Amino acid sequence: MGLAKRIIPCLDVDAGRVVKGVQFVDIRDAGDPVEVAKRYNEQGADEITFLDITASHEGRETTVHIVEKIASEVFIPLTVGGGIREVEDIRRMLNAGADKVGINTAAIHRPDFVQQAADRFGSQCIVVAIDAKRVNAEGDSDRWEIFTHGGRKPTGIDALEWAERMVNYGAGEILLTSMDRDGTKDGFDLKLTSAISELVSVPVIASGGVGNLQHLVDGVVDGLADAVLAASIFHFGEYSILEAKRYMAERGVEVRLD
Amino acid sequence: MNQSRQHVAVIDYGMGNLHSVASALAHADPQAFVEVSADADVIARADRVVFPGVGAIRDCMAEIRRLGFDQMVRQAIVEKPVLAICIGMQALMDSSDENDGVECLGILPGKVHFFGDDLRDELGHRLKVPHMGWSCVEQAVDHPMWQKIDSGSRFYFVHSYYVEALERERVAGVCEYSRTFDAALASENIFATQFHPEKSHTVGLQLLSNFLAWDGK
Repeated sequence: MGLAKRIIPCLDVDAGRVVKGVQFVDIRDAGDPVEVAKRYNEQGADEITFLDITASHEGRETTVHIVEKIASEVFIPLTVGGGIREVEDIRRMLNAGADKVGINTAAIHRPDFVQQAADRFGSQCIVVAIDAKRVNAEGDSDRWEIFTHGGRKPTGIDALEWAERMVNYGAGEILLTSMDRDGTKDGFDLKLTSAISELVSVPVIASGGVGNLQHLVDGVVDGLADAVLAASIFHFGEYSILEAKRYMAERGVEVRLD
Repeated sequence: MNQSRQHVAVIDYGMGNLHSVASALAHADPQAFVEVSADADVIARADRVVFPGVGAIRDCMAEIRRLGFDQMVRQAIVEKPVLAICIGMQALMDSSDENDGVECLGILPGKVHFFGDDLRDELGHRLKVPHMGWSCVEQAVDHPMWQKIDSGSRFYFVHSYYVEALERERVAGVCEYSRTFDAALASENIFATQFHPEKSHTVGLQLLSNFLAWDGK
């Protein structure tokens, strides 16, 4: 038996509530983050990712308390992303009980922040989140670029080059979201995922587009992802984590089933 | 402090997240008095000691030495049950290849090696480094720390370096990741794990409650 592929439910949290935007626009309320995290933990989630999409400063204080509460009740790894811009932000989240932090926009503005963070806290707790969008014309060779602002703003940075650079700077893991697929329920961008997973030495988490359980299998088998992340299929009770794992196990994917 | 409650000290040498270890211990035994501390007196007084660690071993060893904790750890291990976790386990060995070679505490004979850059499993699939996630631990010995835990249970790992103990009779559990490595060591009153019991859900909490009940023999 080898290393299990990880199933990671993601909680997008805005001002203390779990929400899920369809392409970051249509937001639906999905409950209290502590209750949601506990439910996923009981269902056998391998990790939990918590993305703070709160804009306000007061909202961020709420986030620290929620992370503390989750970490004192849920004994699986917890990643916190959103608004991580300074070493101090990382320290606060780790002290609150997070095991890893996700760095996204700050890495684009200051790539050496990733280096600084990895040197200080160790690569094992630095996840670089990459939001990528296909930019080649149909028929041309594949090319993806990094986008910010929920997929609206291009940066001109090639996604593959960026992933490699972030790993060289000390990222211990890549959280890769296809902005073309996020919220669509059409499945992961498998070409993007496999291209990056083959390129980098660290684990890659596939994200964006999961609409059914076969998509999770595809992410691992064809996308070569080490872990798969999904939000809405779990939040609204369509599937439980356990159902997802059983489905994957039946199709030959190694998962943790206790 | 209530004298009837057992006192567990989690050694704090400034490296990483110790709260999750402390809160998992408190969850495993709500009656226990769990204290995260850098105070040598607290650690000397405690009934049992947890020696955690995350990050780079060079920084960990530098902090351990700067704070004079090498003596403290050495003292703790002759007196009471000690649980070393992840870098805490690696720090007990003679030396590590990390950061171009780091002298460790030399309490357990053996070395810490890098997994390598281009790892493959037996089918030729690429294995990523760090080894991150849930892998099976095969128990090599019967031990009170393994009570109510099946051999082959999955625990959560995150590491790029692995321990190879010189004295194979001290190996309590092994794991496969491109090679077989030592996932747990047991030596008298020391139990050391490469995996994180505090992040390993129910099996991890079981191991922590076994530790809280273990007399160190």
